[in-house]
Amino acid sequence: MTEQTPPRMSATFTPEINAEIRRAAATGIYDIRGGGAKRRVPHFDDLLFLGASISRYPLEGYRETCGTDVTLGTRHASTPIRLDIPITIAGMSFGALSGNAKEALGRGATLAGTSTTTGDGGMTEEERGHSKTLVYQLLPSRYGMNPDDLRRADAIEVVVGQGAKPGGGGMLLGQKISDRVAEMRTLPKGIDQRSACRHPDWTGPDDLEIKILELREITGWRVPVYIKIGGTRPYYDTMLAVKAGADVVVLDGMQGGTAATQDVFIENVGLPTLACIRPAVRALQDMGLHRDGVQLVVSGGIRSGADVAKAIAMGADAVAIGTAAMVALGDNDPRWEAEYQALGTTAGAYDDWHEGRDPAGITTQDPALAARLDPVAAGRRLRNYLAVMTLEAQTIARACGHNHLHNLEPEDLCALTVEAAAMAGVPLAGTDWVPGRMV
Amino acid sequence: MQTLDLATQPLREVNATLQAQGTGSNATDWEILNPRGAHALAVGLDGPLSVTVRGATGYYTGGMNKHATVHVEGSAGPGVAENMMSGTVVIDGDASQYAGATGRGGLLVIKGNAASRCGISMKGIDIVVGGNIGHMSAFMAQAGNLVVLGDAGDALGDSLYEARIFVRGTVKSLGADCIEKEMRPEHVEILRDLLARAGMDADPAAFRRYGSARKLYNFDIDNASDY
Repeated sequence: MTEQTPPRMSATFTPEINAEIRRAAATGIYDIRGGGAKRRVPHFDDLLFLGASISRYPLEGYRETCGTDVTLGTRHASTPIRLDIPITIAGMSFGALSGNAKEALGRGATLAGTSTTTGDGGMTEEERGHSKTLVYQLLPSRYGMNPDDLRRADAIEVVVGQGAKPGGGGMLLGQKISDRVAEMRTLPKGIDQRSACRHPDWTGPDDLEIKILELREITGWRVPVYIKIGGTRPYYDTMLAVKAGADVVVLDGMQGGTAATQDVFIENVGLPTLACIRPAVRALQDMGLHRDGVQLVVSGGIRSGADVAKAIAMGADAVAIGTAAMVALGDNDPRWEAEYQALGTTAGAYDDWHEGRDPAGITTQDPALAARLDPVAAGRRLRNYLAVMTLEAQTIARACGHNHLHNLEPEDLCALTVEAAAMAGVPLAGTDWVPGRMV
Repeated sequence: MQTLDLATQPLREVNATLQAQGTGSNATDWEILNPRGAHALAVGLDGPLSVTVRGATGYYTGGMNKHATVHVEGSAGPGVAENMMSGTVVIDGDASQYAGATGRGGLLVIKGNAASRCGISMKGIDIVVGGNIGHMSAFMAQAGNLVVLGDAGDALGDSLYEARIFVRGTVKSLGADCIEKEMRPEHVEILRDLLARAGMDADPAAFRRYGSARKLYNFDIDNASDY
C-alpha cells in the first residue's frame, strides 16, 4: 500500500471561512446578523478574585449585609436615578424586539429594582407603562423622538456609538417594518430602514455640549443625561463625554449586541469590554470624578454576578445587559430547536434577528411569533436572573471582605493571562506584574 | 406683551417661564430682549404662545416646539427648530446648519439663506427658505416639504425617503436616489399653500419638484455603487 500524505486543512482557509466565501459569491451581499462579537477575546473569564485571607477579613455570607444600590446622575440632575442593583437593561428598540419583549424587559427590570432603556424606535406604551425607571435614548435616527416622551423619561441617553459597531449605523430590514413600526418611525412599510451613524444636528463634543444643554432646558434639568459610547478610544471618549456634560458614561465593548449589522463589522471593529474599562476609569480619575461625580456603566458580554463584580472591581459603577437579558426572556432556548433547525441554525447560534422569524417571539414583529412570549412570565424570568446575578456578586464581594459591591477594587483581582493582565491593569496571577504599568 | 431680558435673567429662567405657559394661559405674547446668540432659547415650548426674539440666536432655537410661534428678528444658529412637532418658527435672517433637522411637524420659515443639511432627516415638518440652501440638504428626509426659493447646493435629497422638495432656482447636484419629478396639480396646490403660509411672494409654477426614485429602499447588491 502506497503511503500518502494525509489531507491537511488550512488554518487560514478553514471550512467556516470557505463557506463564507461561497456564500458571498452566491449572494453578493455581506453577512448581516444580530448580536455581538463571537470571536474569542480576553474577557472577564480571564480574571479571578483573590478572596479574603489573613490580610483581608471576609464577611459572613448569610449574616452580614452587602449593599448593591447605586445612584446614577449625581452631577447635574435634580432627580438622579436610584437603583436597588447595579445591573441595568441596555437599550434595545421596539422594532428590533416585539412589543411583548419590550414589556417583559420593563416588567423584569422593575421587579428587580433597576432600569430599562428604550432603543432606536421610540418609546412604547408597553415599555413606559411597565418600567418604573426608563432611560430614553436619543439616537442619530431620532425615530419617534418627541418632547412629551422626553419629559416622561427618567433619564436621557445620547447614543454616540455602541460596541458591536462603533462608527456604524444600523439597518432594520423591511420584513420587520410592520404598520406600527413604520408609523413610529415615519417610514413606508416594508422598506429597509437605515439608522444613521452620525447625529443630524451636532458633529463634535463642543456641539454635543450645547445639544445636552438643550435637552436639559427641555426637561428642566431634572433627569440625568447619559452618553453612550462604543469601545474604541475609551480614555479620550470618556473625557470628551464628561467635557460635553455627561452625568453618566455608558461604555459598550465589542461583545455588546446589536439588532443587525455586518458580521465583518461586529467581529473586526472595536475593543473587547475588558480593554475598555481601565482607560475609562483612568479618565474619570484624572478628572477627579471617579465614584464622585460621573458614573460609569459598562456593557458588552456581562453574563453573571462574577462579571458584574469584576466590572465593578475594575471601576464601573454599574453594568448593563442586553444579550443576556434576551436569553433570560427565552431567546435561543433549546425548546425551539426544531424551528431553529428549520431556519438552518441551532439553539445558541441563532443570530438572524433582523429577519424577524425568531421562534422565541422576541426579535420579531410577526404577531403569531410575538404572541409566543408571555410578557408576565418572561418578565419574571428576567427578574429571577437579575436577582441571581446580584446574589452572585454579593457572594464574591463578601468573600473579598466588602460590605458593598462598590467597595470592590482592582486589588481584589488577578489575571490568568498576560493579555488580560495588561488590559485590566491587574497583576498576572501569582505575580505582582502588571504588564504595561510603568514602574 | 410680556418681556423677558437675557441681559438680566438666566436662560433657565427665561425658558422655564415660557414652558410654564401651557394651553389656557392668558399670557400668550412674549418678547425676549438681548438674546446675544444664546443657545437653546425658547426650546420645549408647549402651548399657543407667540414669542418674538429681538436679535440673533445660537444653537437649537425653538427646538422640539409644540404649538408656539417663535419669531427671531435676526439670524439663527445650527439646528433651529430641530425636531419641531407643531407650531411655527420664523427666522428673519439666515439659518446655520441642520435647520429643521428631524422635524416632525409645524412650519419653519427662513427668510434668508440656510446652510448645509437643511431639513436633514425631516419627518413631517414643512420648511420654506427664501434664499439658498447648502449641501446635503434633505439628507434622508422622510416626510414633509422643503421649499427653496433660491438655489440648492450639492447632493440635494441624498438617500431621500418620502419628503417632497421644491426648488425655484438651480440645483448644483442631486444626491443618491433623488430625482426630478413631475409637478402635478396637487403639488402646485401644496406649494401654493406653503408659500402663502410662509408669506412668500412666488409663483408655484416657477418651481421644480424633486423626490425619491425609491430604487434604494431595499438593499440590492447591484445598486451598491449608487449609495
